[in-house]
Amino acid sequence: MRILVVEDDKDVAGFVVKGLREAGHVVEHADNGRDGLFLAASEGFDAIVLDRMLPGGIDGLRLLETLRAQDNNTPVLFLSAMAQVDDRVKGLQAGGDDYLTKPFAFAELLARVEAMARRGKGEGPQTKLVTGDLEMELLSRSVKRAGQKIDLQPREFRLLEYLMRHAGQVVTRTMLLEGVWDYHFDPQTNVIDVHVSRLRQKVDKPFPTALIHTVRNAGYMLRPEQP
Amino acid sequence: MAGEATIAKRGGAPQGGAKRGGLLPRIGPLVPERVLRSAGVRFGVIYAGLFGLSAFALAVFLWWSTAGVLERQTDAAINADSQGLSERYIDSGVGTLIETIDQRLAGNVDDDAIYLLTDAAFHRLAGNLERWPPQVTMDDEWSQVDISRAGIHGLARVRQFELLGGFHLLIGRDIQARAQMRRLLTDALIWAAGIALILGVSGAWAVRRLFGMTIADVSATAAAISAGDLTRRVRVTGHGDEFDDLAETINDMLERIARLMDGVRQVSNAIAHDLRTPIARARARLEDAATHAQGEADLRAALERAQADLDGVTAVFQALLRIAEIEAGARRSAFAAFDLAPVLLDLADLYGALAEEKGLLLRADISASLPSFGDREMVQQAVANLLDNAVKFSTPGSEVVIRARADGHVTLVAVSDRGPGIPEADRDHAAERFFRGEAARSTPGSGLGLALVQAVAHLHGGELRLEDNEPGLRAVIDLPTHPTLSAAEDGRASLPKPIGENATPGRFWT
Repeated sequence: MRILVVEDDKDVAGFVVKGLREAGHVVEHADNGRDGLFLAASEGFDAIVLDRMLPGGIDGLRLLETLRAQDNNTPVLFLSAMAQVDDRVKGLQAGGDDYLTKPFAFAELLARVEAMARRGKGEGPQTKLVTGDLEMELLSRSVKRAGQKIDLQPREFRLLEYLMRHAGQVVTRTMLLEGVWDYHFDPQTNVIDVHVSRLRQKVDKPFPTALIHTVRNAGYMLRPEQP
Repeated sequence: MAGEATIAKRGGAPQGGAKRGGLLPRIGPLVPERVLRSAGVRFGVIYAGLFGLSAFALAVFLWWSTAGVLERQTDAAINADSQGLSERYIDSGVGTLIETIDQRLAGNVDDDAIYLLTDAAFHRLAGNLERWPPQVTMDDEWSQVDISRAGIHGLARVRQFELLGGFHLLIGRDIQARAQMRRLLTDALIWAAGIALILGVSGAWAVRRLFGMTIADVSATAAAISAGDLTRRVRVTGHGDEFDDLAETINDMLERIARLMDGVRQVSNAIAHDLRTPIARARARLEDAATHAQGEADLRAALERAQADLDGVTAVFQALLRIAEIEAGARRSAFAAFDLAPVLLDLADLYGALAEEKGLLLRADISASLPSFGDREMVQQAVANLLDNAVKFSTPGSEVVIRARADGHVTLVAVSDRGPGIPEADRDHAAERFFRGEAARSTPGSGLGLALVQAVAHLHGGELRLEDNEPGLRAVIDLPTHPTLSAAEDGRASLPKPIGENATPGRFWT
C-alpha cells in the first residue's frame, strides 16, 4: 500500500515510516501541513497518517477538511496527542476514519492503518464471509466450520464477524472493543481476552487446527492454517 | 454592586497579598471619590429620594384638601349670593335689593359676609362697608382686599358687579380666619418638611449601613479567599432570605473551587509520587540493562519491561486527564437522552465472561427500560470500572450483582460483591485519586477507578455511595432521568459530599 505520513516530530515520524516500510508498504513523509496537503492532493495514497498539530499554517483538521472538500476520500487516521473525547469527536467529524492518541504502540497503528485502508476499498455488501473452512452466513446468522454448525451467542457472532472481516490482519484489543462493543475506553482488565478465549472454545477447540491466533504484543489474527 | 466589586478587586490584590492580617471588609469609611460609586450610598440616596417624593405628594394632597377646599367654598358662597341678589334686583329693583342686603347682614351669624351697594358715584346705599375699597378697580372682577368694618380690620375676598342703572355691588367674605389657618398649615408643613428631611437622611444612612453590613461578610470572605484562605465561607443567617440564597450560592461556588483546587493539588502530589515510582522503575531497568545486560536477549527483555512500565504511566496519565476533563464539566455538552438498560446489559455481558473465568457468577437485575439523560460513554466507563473492581476483589465462588432501577427522578445503579469490602474508616477517601485500600495493595490497578466513577456521578448531578454489603462492597451511583432536573440541580448536586455520608447500609437494595 502507498501510505502518506504527515508528522512534524522527527522521532515519531522516523519510527512510523520505518515500521510501515518494514511491514511492506511504500511510505511518503511530509513534516508540515502545506507539503502534506500538496502530496495528499496530487498523488494517490491508500491511507494517510495525519498529525493534528502541524507547522506551516495548515493543521491536521484544515488539511483533512480541504482534502474532503476536493472529494478526495483517502482513508485518514489521526495520530494526535490531543486525547480528550471532544478532540476525537472533532477529528472524526472533520472526515477522519480513525483516531489514535499518542503515545501509541506501533502494532496498534499498523493494525488500524491496514484495517482502515482495506475498509476504504469498499467491497460492497456481503452476505457470506469465508476464511479457510470457516463460513459465516450474514443473513441467516449461521456459522459452519468444515460443514459442522457452530452455535454462537449474538456477541460471539459479532466478534467472529469482525475477525472474519479483518481476516489475515492483526486486530488489536482496542479495535475489538470499539468495533464489536462500541466502547471507547480502556478497560483496566483484559476482558477482551476472555471473550476471545470463549470464542476459541467453540471455533477452534473441536477442530484439529486453530484459526484464531494471538499476535504477541499486538492482538489477534484470524487466518487459515498456513499451507 | 458592580462598582463595589471592581473596587474590592482593584484595591484587593496588592494589599491582600502583602498583609493578610490587614484584611477588612471593603465596606469601610467612605472616601469622597468612593462615595458616588458606593452601591450603599446609591441605595441610601434612592431611599431618601423616594421618601422625599412621598412626603411632598402627601403635603400637596393635605394642602389641596384643606386650604384649597376652604378657598373653593368661599368662592362658591360668593357666587351663590350674587346669584340670589341679582335675581332680586332684576325682579324688584334697587329698593328690594337694599332690603335683602340688610336682611342677609342681619341673618349672618358668622359675621363674615361683606356687602356694599353704591350708586354710580360710589356713594354707599347699603352694606356693611363704609366706602368702596380703593383697591377694587373696575378691571378685576375678583380681588382680595384689606377692609375695615365696625372698627375691625380684616382680609376679604370680594367680587364686584356692575348693575344696570349704574349701581355697583360688592359681595365678599371675610377670610381673616382662613388666612390664619393657612399660615398655621404652612408652618406645620415647613416643620414637617424638616422632619422628613431628617428622617430621609437618617433612613438613607441606615439603609447604607444595613446594606453594608449584609454584604460585609460576603466581602470579607471574598477578601480572605483572594488572599489564599480557601476554607472561609459566607455566613448563612438562617432567615432563608435572598441574602441567604446568595450566601449559599457563593458557598457552593467556593466548594467547587476548593474541590477543583484540591484536585489540582492531588494531581501534583500524584505526579510527584505515583508517577515518579514507575518512571524510576523503568529508568532503573534501562540503566541496569545498559550496564549489566548479558547479550541481546537480556537487553530486549529489559527494554520490553521498561516499555510496559511506560505504558502503565501513560494509562495513569490518561485516566488522570479523563477525570480532570469530566470534573471540568466540559462533557456536559454531550449530554443526551438514552436508555440505560441495554447499556448496562451490554456491560454485564462484557464482564460476565470475565467473572465466569474467575469462578464468579455475575447476576444482572436490571429494569426493562431505564430512560436516562447524560453522557452514555462516561456512564459506560463508570459502570465498567465498578464491575471491574467487583470482579477483581471477589472471592471465587461468590456472586457479583448489578442492579438498576428507576427511583423517582433518578436511576440507581448498584454493583455489589462479596469481596473484602472497604473498611468504614477508608470509605470517605476511597474515591480520592490514587487511594488504594489495604485489600487493593496486592492487586494491579492505579487507584483511579473510583475517582473516575465519582467524577462521572458528579457530572450527572449524582453521587457515588459506598456501602457495606455485609460482607463485601456495594457501590451505588444515581443518575438523572431528565435533562431539566440535572440542569436545575447542576450547581448544588455536583458538590462533593463525603462518600459514605448518606450511606445508610441497605437503604436501597435490601
